Order: sequence, then C-alpha cells, then structure tokens
Amino acid sequence: MQDLWGSFQAAFALIVQMDADLAEIVLLSLQVTTAAVLIACLLGFPLGALLAVGRFPGRAILSVLTNATMGLPPVVVGLLVYLMLSQSGPFAVLNLLYTPTAMIIAQVILVTPIVAALTAQVVEDLNVEYDDLLRVMGASRLQTVTTLLWDARASLMTAALAGFGRAFAEVGAVMIVGGNINHVTRVMTTAIALETSKGALALALALGIVLLMISILINASLMALRSSTRTTAHA
Amino acid sequence: MMRGTVLAAVVAAIPFMSQAADEFIIVQSTTSTQNSGLYDAILPRFTQSSGIEVRVVAVGTGQALKNAANCDGDVLLVHAKEAEEQFIADGYGLQRHRVMYNDFVIVGPANGPVDLKNTTTAAEALRAIAQSQTPFASRGDDSGTHKKEQALWSSTDLDPSDQSGTWYRETGSGMGATLNIAVGMDAYALTDRATWLAFENKQNHKIQFEGDPALFNQYGVTLVNPAHCTKVKIEAGAEFINWLLTDGQDAIARHTKDGEQLFFPNAR
Amino acid sequence: MPENNILPFRQSDDPNTRDVIIQAEDLYISRADRNLLSGVSFAITQPGITTLLGPNGAGKSLILRLIAGLMMADSGRLSIVPSISNSLALVFQTPVVLRRSVHANLNHALKIYGTPKSERVGRIAELLVLADLTSLAQTPAKRLSGGEKQRLAMARALAARPKLLLLDEPTASLDPHATAAIERLTRSAAASGTKVILVTHDRMQAERMADDVLLVHRGRIAEHTPATQFFEAPTSEEGRTFLTGQILL
Repeated sequence: MQDLWGSFQAAFALIVQMDADLAEIVLLSLQVTTAAVLIACLLGFPLGALLAVGRFPGRAILSVLTNATMGLPPVVVGLLVYLMLSQSGPFAVLNLLYTPTAMIIAQVILVTPIVAALTAQVVEDLNVEYDDLLRVMGASRLQTVTTLLWDARASLMTAALAGFGRAFAEVGAVMIVGGNINHVTRVMTTAIALETSKGALALALALGIVLLMISILINASLMALRSSTRTTAHA
Repeated sequence: MMRGTVLAAVVAAIPFMSQAADEFIIVQSTTSTQNSGLYDAILPRFTQSSGIEVRVVAVGTGQALKNAANCDGDVLLVHAKEAEEQFIADGYGLQRHRVMYNDFVIVGPANGPVDLKNTTTAAEALRAIAQSQTPFASRGDDSGTHKKEQALWSSTDLDPSDQSGTWYRETGSGMGATLNIAVGMDAYALTDRATWLAFENKQNHKIQFEGDPALFNQYGVTLVNPAHCTKVKIEAGAEFINWLLTDGQDAIARHTKDGEQLFFPNAR
Repeated sequence: MPENNILPFRQSDDPNTRDVIIQAEDLYISRADRNLLSGVSFAITQPGITTLLGPNGAGKSLILRLIAGLMMADSGRLSIVPSISNSLALVFQTPVVLRRSVHANLNHALKIYGTPKSERVGRIAELLVLADLTSLAQTPAKRLSGGEKQRLAMARALAARPKLLLLDEPTASLDPHATAAIERLTRSAAASGTKVILVTHDRMQAERMADDVLLVHRGRIAEHTPATQFFEAPTSEEGRTFLTGQILL
C-alpha cells in the first residue's frame, strides 16, 4: 500500500514537472495510437458497413473472421508483424522493424476488427430504420453506405474510442515490433513494462496513472465534442 | 469537421515517421544491461564522440540471438558464451569479444527456511533449496541466466524440471519480472548481480549465496556476419565494438549503483 | 426494384382503361400458411387521389409496398407504366428522418435524386416554404415533433417532383392540426399533377381526400368505385358494413 500512495505522489510529480523524456514518450504514444486508430477507422468503417448491408459471397465468413480477430492476442499480432518486417521476412526491404511505423501497423491490425465489428453492429441497426426509405429513393449501394455511416457518426465515434482504448493500452505487440528503443520507439506502455522489470513499481504505476489520465482526458473531450455536434448538427 | 480532424492528426503523425536521418545501429542485447542502467550511462558518450546513435533492443538472450540471426540487428551483446559461439559457428556472427563480467548470485527471503551461509558451492546451495522444497523462481525462457541456471542444476545431479509447477516455478519471463515474482512468493532465484543491485523492489529479499567461481558471468559482443546479413552496418557496428573494447571500458567501470560497481570490464 | 414484377404496360383501346397506369392481376402473397393477399386485381388510373381504404391488417400497406417495389408477390402480375415506376416516392406512417438537420435531409434526398448542386439551394427553399419548415431548417430532424417530421417526409418525397406519391397511413399517429397540414400538402401535390395513392383506415379522411376508393378487406379488393358513389351507395356488402361504422370481420 506504501507503493500505491507513493505512486500517486510520483504520478503527480511527473505531471507537474513533465520532463522532456516523459513528454516525448507521451507524445509518441499519442501519435502512434492516433495514426493507428485513424487508419483503422478508414478501413473499419467501410468494412463494417459492407458487412452490415453488403450482399456478396463470403460475407458470413468475413463477418466471423472479423469477430474472431477482435480477440487476437497482441503478442501474436506482434510476432506476425515482426516476421513480416524482419530482415529475414518478406517486407525486409521496407526497413520498418523497430520504427513507430511498425508499431502503427501492429495496432492497425489489432484495432481494425474492433472498429469494423462495432461499425457493422451500429450500421445494421440503423439500416433496419433506413432500408425501405433508401430503397424507394433509389439510393445506390455507395449512397446507402455513406448515408448510414454519416448518420451513425455518434456511435462510430464510440467504436473509434473503443479502438483507441485497446491500442493506447496495448503493450505486447508494440514491444516486439518497436523494440522499446529509448527515444525512438518507447511509448507509455513499454516504458511501464520496463520500469516494472526494473522493480521500480511506484514509477511504473505512476506512469500508468498518467496513461489513465490522458485516456480520460481524450475520452471526455471527444464525448464533449460529440454532444456539441449533436446540439448544432448540420451537414 | 471530421475531415479537418483527420487531416490534422495525420499531419501531426508525419514528423516522427521521417526522422532517423542520422546514422544508427541496432544492438540486440540482454535485459540485464538495460535494466541496470548501463546503456543510459555509457551510450551518450559513444554517440557524442562518433555521431552514431545506438538503438538497443533489450530482450532475453535467447530472443536476442534469434533476432540477430534474422538480421534484425547489427551487434549482439549477450551473456551466454556457448550459445554465442554456436551463433558464430552457424555463420550468423563474426568474432566474439569479451567486454565485461560480473557474477550471478542467488537471492532469497531474508529469513528463509534454508540457511545457505555454510554452503560453499552453488551446486550445494541449489541442492539445499531443492531438498527443502522451498519455492525457486526460474526464468524458464532460454535466456543467458536461464542457461547458466540449467548448467548449475546439471552439476547437482538433480533435475528440477520434474518438479516444475510444485516448488520449482518457471516464470517464462525476463529477469525483472522473475525477481518481482520471487519477491512476491518468497522464492529463491538466480540473478546477475547488476540487475539485482539496480532492482528497486527487493523488499525482504537479500543475496543468500555468492562467490562460487561457477557463478562467473561473462558478457560478449559480436558483430553480425555481413556474409549472412547483407544490410549489416559493418563500419558503424565495428566502430561501436571497438569503442566498447577501448574507451568504453572506462565508462563501464565507472557505472555504479548505490556506490557499487555493476560490471567489470575485461576486454584487455 | 424487382424488375420482373413490373411489366411493360399494355395500352388498351378501351376508353375506360386508357389512363390506367397501374394494373394488378390476381396477386397472391402468403406467409406461414396465411393468405395476406388472395387474388387482388385492380386498375388505377391517372390523375387524382386513389384511396386504399380498409381496416387494419386488410393488406392495404402490402399492396402499397408491392407498387413501391419493396417486395414481390408470390404470384400474379403487377404492371406499372415505366415512366411512373421510375418516379415514385413513399411516405411511411412513422416518419423516417435522417440524423441531420431539416435542411440536410432535403439536400440528401436531392443529391440521391441527382439534382445538380446549383439547383438544390433554391429547391430546398421552395420545399421548406411548402412544408412550412423554413424556421426549422437548421434544427436536427430527430428533434422535430411528429407532425413536423411528417411534413419533412412529405417535402422530401415531393423533392424530386414524383409522378406517383404513395402515402402509407401518413396521419395515423398525428393530431387533427398536423393531419390537416399533411392533407393540404397531399392535395397540392395532386393538383400539380402527381398521382397519389393514399392508404388509410380512416373513412372520414377518405371522404375528404379520395377521388376513387379501393376497399380492401381480408386480402381482397371488396370494391373499387368513384368516391362519390362509394360514400353514397357502395356496391359491396363490405362497403355498406364499413360505412355504417360496424367492424368488418
């Protein structure tokens, strides 16, 4: 319990001082995760909509795959991306291993199924309401999908936030493909793992508290944004 | 509005993707060197004098060897002599150089059930632990420390892997994680001295056995073989190794924790 | 749009059927051993407001959905003049509005109908005036009252100046004031040449609106007569029963 109290004090001190190293780690965490979630949304929103309203062979299989990959262990994803990007792997020529880009790739793989599956659920529900209308209007498949996605935007933000949460808190995959290299690929979670292995539990927990606070801040501000777009909704 | 946000975030993500213009090498290394703060202490000096950035990937020795064999590093710095020699024999590395040493110690609860004070060899100490069935936390991860521990057990004629899951606990984790577990369950553990001295979660654990020559822990450095890995940065890697074996020796000797020296340079 | 259900129309020489735009012959739909439509035949002519009248569950909405192309009959034949089937709009009992402003709802519809961007602004303004929604243009459609939502749905349906307007109990959940507004919009659409098919269970509304009445009962057409005749002297037993206010069984 001494550790716990010490951690809160340490976390507070860390935030107040916000030294360059910590700022760098926090910034990299945010950049990697934000980029990963954006890409995952660009892939996952249309994929989810397709799963919800598309009628094509293999849709059921794709749907099962999407749901199953939601639960992929990060370490497995990390290993997979490592094997792809390793100098003895097929994409060696890209020289991406141990870079933030490699971490983004791993997180995109982790987050896209979550965003896609949640999107499919949301769009399917909305389509029950809109289907007849859009069909009578003669909307094309593309118009249908874009209409549904835009009108589901509030729920899609929740899907994106779920993805953000998974990516931001993830350690196993980014550790393997990023290498936790100081000043290059060290992010909040790998720094926490490192401090834990040093036995510096209070510092590790303090970093965890900082992580949590950033997470809360982001969620709260997006929720605020969401409710403000609701009140002033216009195209 | 949403499009604007996307754009802003993508733009924010660009700078770090295009960085790393300066020359750098990747060192596949064991965790003990990183966890004890050695790299933080010595690498800035090398980078300052050479202009070469050193990116350390600290993993267990087993994984470091594997990564280096996959050409995902330029330099290998680990502590498992036989495995390193095999690495070179397999054509993955050029020549192994001794860099520094310290020693392994057996740590355990201060008022533990086994008195290791009067034991003189590590083998005796392990035998005493096994006989008392006191929990022992093993790395179990094919790391340098794990390899050493296995070698010590084989000198006792005991095979603790039969007891795995009872008093013999294989953590399958790094040194630090294994120490956290040992502290948590009042278990003994074999660790390198540097990691132990730098470890901040000792609680009631203390060094219970040390000093047997069998516990000698030699670190070696090897340049990855450019004949096997064409992209190896030979010159920068060799420059780093040369520095470790010359000017770096002094830097290693001066790295201490609470007044105690953690690694002893022995390149010459 | 189920193509095979909507056949090219055979123009008749008979002066009585010259203006027929929709012809149904012997339509059947059954679900779970129950006949929802059993042998429905009718011919709907232009212009005016045709009312599908009948109690709940008679099959009125089903007929409307067939005409809209949202479903297909199990058997039978439904023919619609192609220029009509390509230009129809449907308003539902429960108004479906998009999660956007009133203005954006209309803009979205015009976009789907292929109205050029330059013409949309002016057309939206017209529609807002028509449906008396100008002051609510920027309000999220989900925040509108039931009557306002249905006016928006009407404005959206009329956005592309459809040749055929299908109304499925559009006022069933509205108060008299809101009902009057929808009826006004319906009449003005009909007056400007849009053919209207109105499904209702409300005989008063049918009497106010209809040019001709199709009385639907138990999945059949009980009678199809001009409104004046229907409300004076219905030709069918069901018609007489319905008008006396008794429950049709």
